[in-house]
Amino acid sequence: MANSIILGDIRASYDFPDAEIDALGSSFKELNERIKLAADKGVRRIVLRRVYGQRYIGTRLNGLPPVSIEIFGTPGNDLGAFMDGHVILVHGNAQDGVGNTMHGGEIIVEGRVGDVLGMSMVAGSILVRDDAGYRAALHMKEYGRTFPSIVIGGTARDFLGEYMAGGRVVVLGLGNRKHRMSFIGTGIHGGTIYIRGAFAREQLGEGAEVAPLQSPDLTYLKAQIEKFGQMFGLSEEIAANQFTKVVPKGRRPYSSLYA
Amino acid sequence: MCARQCGFGVHTYDEVADRMISDQSKCAGCQRCAVLCPTGAITVGLNPYSYAPNFYWTRERITDLKRQAESGGVLLTGCGNDKPMRVYWDHLVLDASQVTNPSIDPLREPMELRTFLGRKPRRLEIVDGQPVNGDPQVRIELPVMFSALSYGAVSAQAQESLARAAKAVGTLFNSGEGGLPRGLRKFADNAVVQCASGRFGVDPGYLRCSAMVEIKIGQGAKPGIGGHLPGEKVSKSISAARKIPVGTDALSPAPQHDIYSIEDLRTLIYALKEATDYEKPVSVKIAAVNNAAAIASGIVRAGADVVAIDGIRGGTGAAPKVIRDNVGVPIEMALASVDSRLRAEGIRNQCSLVVAGGFRCSADVVKAIALGADAVYIGTAALVAMGCTLCQKCHTGICNWGICTTDPYLSKRINPDIVSRRLIGLLCAWSLEIKEMLGGMGINAIESLRGNREHLRGVGLSDWELEVLGVKGAGQ
Repeated sequence: MANSIILGDIRASYDFPDAEIDALGSSFKELNERIKLAADKGVRRIVLRRVYGQRYIGTRLNGLPPVSIEIFGTPGNDLGAFMDGHVILVHGNAQDGVGNTMHGGEIIVEGRVGDVLGMSMVAGSILVRDDAGYRAALHMKEYGRTFPSIVIGGTARDFLGEYMAGGRVVVLGLGNRKHRMSFIGTGIHGGTIYIRGAFAREQLGEGAEVAPLQSPDLTYLKAQIEKFGQMFGLSEEIAANQFTKVVPKGRRPYSSLYA
Repeated sequence: MCARQCGFGVHTYDEVADRMISDQSKCAGCQRCAVLCPTGAITVGLNPYSYAPNFYWTRERITDLKRQAESGGVLLTGCGNDKPMRVYWDHLVLDASQVTNPSIDPLREPMELRTFLGRKPRRLEIVDGQPVNGDPQVRIELPVMFSALSYGAVSAQAQESLARAAKAVGTLFNSGEGGLPRGLRKFADNAVVQCASGRFGVDPGYLRCSAMVEIKIGQGAKPGIGGHLPGEKVSKSISAARKIPVGTDALSPAPQHDIYSIEDLRTLIYALKEATDYEKPVSVKIAAVNNAAAIASGIVRAGADVVAIDGIRGGTGAAPKVIRDNVGVPIEMALASVDSRLRAEGIRNQCSLVVAGGFRCSADVVKAIALGADAVYIGTAALVAMGCTLCQKCHTGICNWGICTTDPYLSKRINPDIVSRRLIGLLCAWSLEIKEMLGGMGINAIESLRGNREHLRGVGLSDWELEVLGVKGAGQ
């Protein structure tokens, strides 16, 4: 599920949107009702203009065929929370809780995002052009052959991949950003974090360790780099072997905690 | 027979001597072998060979210390707090009618136990005979629901028995935080689905497969503590329900990591309302703690439709013993203070109040409703109806009664056809008893008892206890 669903034609499709909604002055409930109304009528592409902090965009659309939403402005917290199978493109920054407990689909942010990005996400993918806040990929999971995927263009803050149980996170470190985050992968017991650019061992959290890149890692990273480049363009050359792979020390971090 | 029945390995057959041997040190006291022994040869009792009697350094303290010295680990346990703390239910007595207000015979006259859970509007607007405002409500036929028992903690058969009984009686069961297995999705109209800190199995289909969605903040048996379902319990089917890889520890962190304030809680409440199209009430469950009343007020103001509070005697599939036995507040006290606070603030109508934590009998339920609850959750009482004997070994994953286990061999011992009938029997019995108690008070609808503390009196309680409970002393 890490592969893009309709990423290939996402930009082209927005030239002829089926619906355009001016969000100015709408509460989140009103705006999401209007989006759902449009989707219920069969609209598959929606452009939202003048979005100012409305929450839960995309959450109401579950159970409907895939809808693409293009957002101009700044969406509020929990963008795409519990979302399943839809695509959201944000021209601008997003706030906290992007992709919270997301179950599929794709979120692309042409800017930076706030804290708890992709928390408890089970499937789908998130692309962030710039930086992410604290505790990105918190308790991300995976099941069977599906796994969620997050790519962050810049850097992230502390507790990246905390309690991670599955999925993959890529930090591209573009613009020679210094990785200042500490406690990377604290309590991680599944999934993988790939970080490009230097960081010290002390920045790793308890339960996390560095492992060598294998060929499936390189294949995955190449695909993510290419996708990121297609979406946002790449200001510098990135090679798949420039990444450091962070993995859990074990899948049973607390097995010896109890009597 | 006994060798097969005991998952703890107490009984073995010695071929040479041609006789059964029992290792009593392994015995949990669950009584399974004694009940099923075809010859009635087994008696399970307290071990008479104990340490020298000591009021302070009890056998339990000594064995705990020795186990900790050997393992260096946290002691786990199951079930609820078993310590001899004051049980306030036993210090509250109910009123009855004599002469002036005739009592009602429930066998002759209709009695109403039906309860609606959800936020009630200040005034109802009616157009063409239909209410047009108001938030979603869930109807239950008696004010008793089954507590959260997650798949993984209990067996699929146990969960199915609860679901079937809830459907038959017209009440709700609670999925707990381990997701809702596919086979139980047909019981959606009777399901409370939980969204807890681990977010296991929380997908859009799951949220819609419900009568109510519950955000689990805390649990009475382990306030402030998360949960660890050990990897060895995460089988293929549990991994499918929880959406995590097979064999991985399922960690429920202590807090919900996107909730650090009432405002954050509001964000999640509305995320769930958005995800369910505002069609289902959202409940927030907390453990009873010192400032539960203030927190409950915040929960109501954050937009929750139901506030669920779990007291210090609430059960658990696994919790650190030190937490279970020492942290929290008795549900009687928490309930009284929360109800009083919400009334004082004029927001009691904006939520339903559900309480949990060691409800043993129908009288406890009636007393809780008189103290201000809309309904109660029962966990341990339901498990006992299913066969549980409270041996407190839930955390081991071995349950000889097939309830608190995921071992296919052991969990087969629960036959949902039979066990759901036992649960239905329990709820029917309680329902009859509740009607008798109501009738005795001259009340014909449970609504009229709700929060009516005049029907309660305290016996053997001190002034501060009566004050917190908001009841007069007996004779007053």
